[in-house]
Amino acid sequence: MIEINGVRKTYRSRRRTVVAVDDVNLTVGEGEIFGVVGRSGAGKSTLLRCANLLERPDAGTVTVDGVELTALGGRRLRDARHRIGMVHQHFALLSSRTVAGNVAFPMELTGVPRPERRARIAELLELVGLGDRADAYPAQLSGGQKQRVGIARALAVRPRVLLSDEATSALDPDTTASILELLRDLNKELGLTILLITHEMGVVKSICHSAAVMREGRFTESGEIPELLRRPGSELARGLFPLSAADAGPGETVLDVTVSGGGADEPLLAEVSRRFDLDLRILGGGVETLAATRAGRLRIAVPGAEITGPLDYLRSRGALVEVAS
Amino acid sequence: MSWPDLRDLLWEGIKETAWMVGVSTVLTAIGGLLIGVLLVLTARGGLLPARPVHAVLGLVVNVTRSLPFVILLVAIIPFTRALVGTTIGTTAAIVPLTIGAIPFFARLVETSIREVTPDVVAAAVAMGASRRQIVAKVLLREARPGLIAGLTITVVALLGYSALAGVVGGGGLGDLAIRYGYQRFETGVMVATVIVLIVFVQLVQSVGDLIVRLLSHD
Ligand SMILES: Nc1ncnc2c1ncn2[C@@H]1O[C@H](COP(=O)(O)OP(=O)(O)OP(=O)(O)O)[C@@H](O)[C@H]1O
Ligand SMILES: [Mg+2]
Repeated sequence: MIEINGVRKTYRSRRRTVVAVDDVNLTVGEGEIFGVVGRSGAGKSTLLRCANLLERPDAGTVTVDGVELTALGGRRLRDARHRIGMVHQHFALLSSRTVAGNVAFPMELTGVPRPERRARIAELLELVGLGDRADAYPAQLSGGQKQRVGIARALAVRPRVLLSDEATSALDPDTTASILELLRDLNKELGLTILLITHEMGVVKSICHSAAVMREGRFTESGEIPELLRRPGSELARGLFPLSAADAGPGETVLDVTVSGGGADEPLLAEVSRRFDLDLRILGGGVETLAATRAGRLRIAVPGAEITGPLDYLRSRGALVEVAS
Repeated sequence: MSWPDLRDLLWEGIKETAWMVGVSTVLTAIGGLLIGVLLVLTARGGLLPARPVHAVLGLVVNVTRSLPFVILLVAIIPFTRALVGTTIGTTAAIVPLTIGAIPFFARLVETSIREVTPDVVAAAVAMGASRRQIVAKVLLREARPGLIAGLTITVVALLGYSALAGVVGGGGLGDLAIRYGYQRFETGVMVATVIVLIVFVQLVQSVGDLIVRLLSHD
């Protein structure tokens, strides 16, 4: 649905040159929620702005819903943009228009007749839970409500793709959860494809099917989440399940065990303990339900240095085991 | 001077001032909006970047603004004559008033439009808005309170300048104050004129403030 190929974007100023996006490849399938995480300045926003050509890439192609945007300009590009929704970190609502007026805006741009607009506004505000605030101005709304208006506005012209740049970063945890839930529902009910940028692992955990880690303009890893969790040394896995440093006791070996899918709910450790007659110590970690899978990551201490048996056993059961120390 | 005489004089002055300032305001609003919008659009990183246009426009605006009004008044006399066929009277005064006020208002327009967050403009671009739609539906619309506040300041300034236009026989309340109050020592006329001007300014400012309040939603 979204196909980004070899995209590069460089900013030049008199003093320095910044390669904000450096040869990025990205495919988001239809109905998929894809998250890009990375530190501040990694180039996430620039990448997202390349996805609807708010920034024109210096190299590479961008194809959305079968239309190669990088080949378009002027009117044809504007037409293509009508079918891509975008949600912004700071909402970007028109302060001079009411909630209804903001949702009407994209429809006015495309010339949707007034009666149809009215009906659609009511429907959308109902969908985002703001049915009773149609006549309020943005300044009279809370952050979460503003973002709901932003989402309603983005959906007004029935896009099949939604781009979201830190849509929840300005919101408190509860409000974040409710906005994410809304996005997940939209994804399920409308089959909306979502490409989102975030710096919160929690966002990836709760709604993304796939994710990529971005650093200095490049993707350092990228893929479906269950698959990333099985990848040794995965930064994303570490980010999703942070393990606190815990010291091994004398003569103990510390293992990080990552399980995903069905494996997460099996009594794996108990089996190891029984089978090898070992007293395992759990040092940290957890098991959670992610959007894409159920997964867990545990740091355990195994007595003794001879651990090939339990190691092989765990691996044979589909767990990713890394020796931490 | 008798009250009926004074009343007639004042009424004449009020009508002339209203005509001068009214027409100048309309012309200034149009010209200032046009130039102000162009200044924003052609700026670096704007929607229609054009370095040379921006530079020339900025220079013309600055030069006009740095000229003292009296000098402008005299300097453009040939232009005024060519345009309205005369260089004295209220209609002739409209030309320098407008030319003096347009750059002033244009800068205020520019500032107000710059206050519109780039985020909102980017959002409109992302929604597929054309440049025309962005100017009309986003920039000018979002900047409305600032634009009206700027226009209010401009009208008040025009009132002041229109009094000055009296110096070159422009007519209006300023002319009245000078001819009777200053040259003939008719202090009564002077005081009455000043009071009328104060009322004018108060009125303009209050109406402007009211509109701004009605248009602001933040
Ligand atoms: N318009 C611009 N002009 C010049 N440099 C820019 C511009 N936009 C971004 N950059 C630079 O490109 C790099 C990537 O910026 P970008 O905004 O994409 O990062 P980000 O990952 O979104 O960061 P954050 O998490 O802080 O939003 C940064 O070094 C930034 O300074
Ligand atoms: Mg960013």
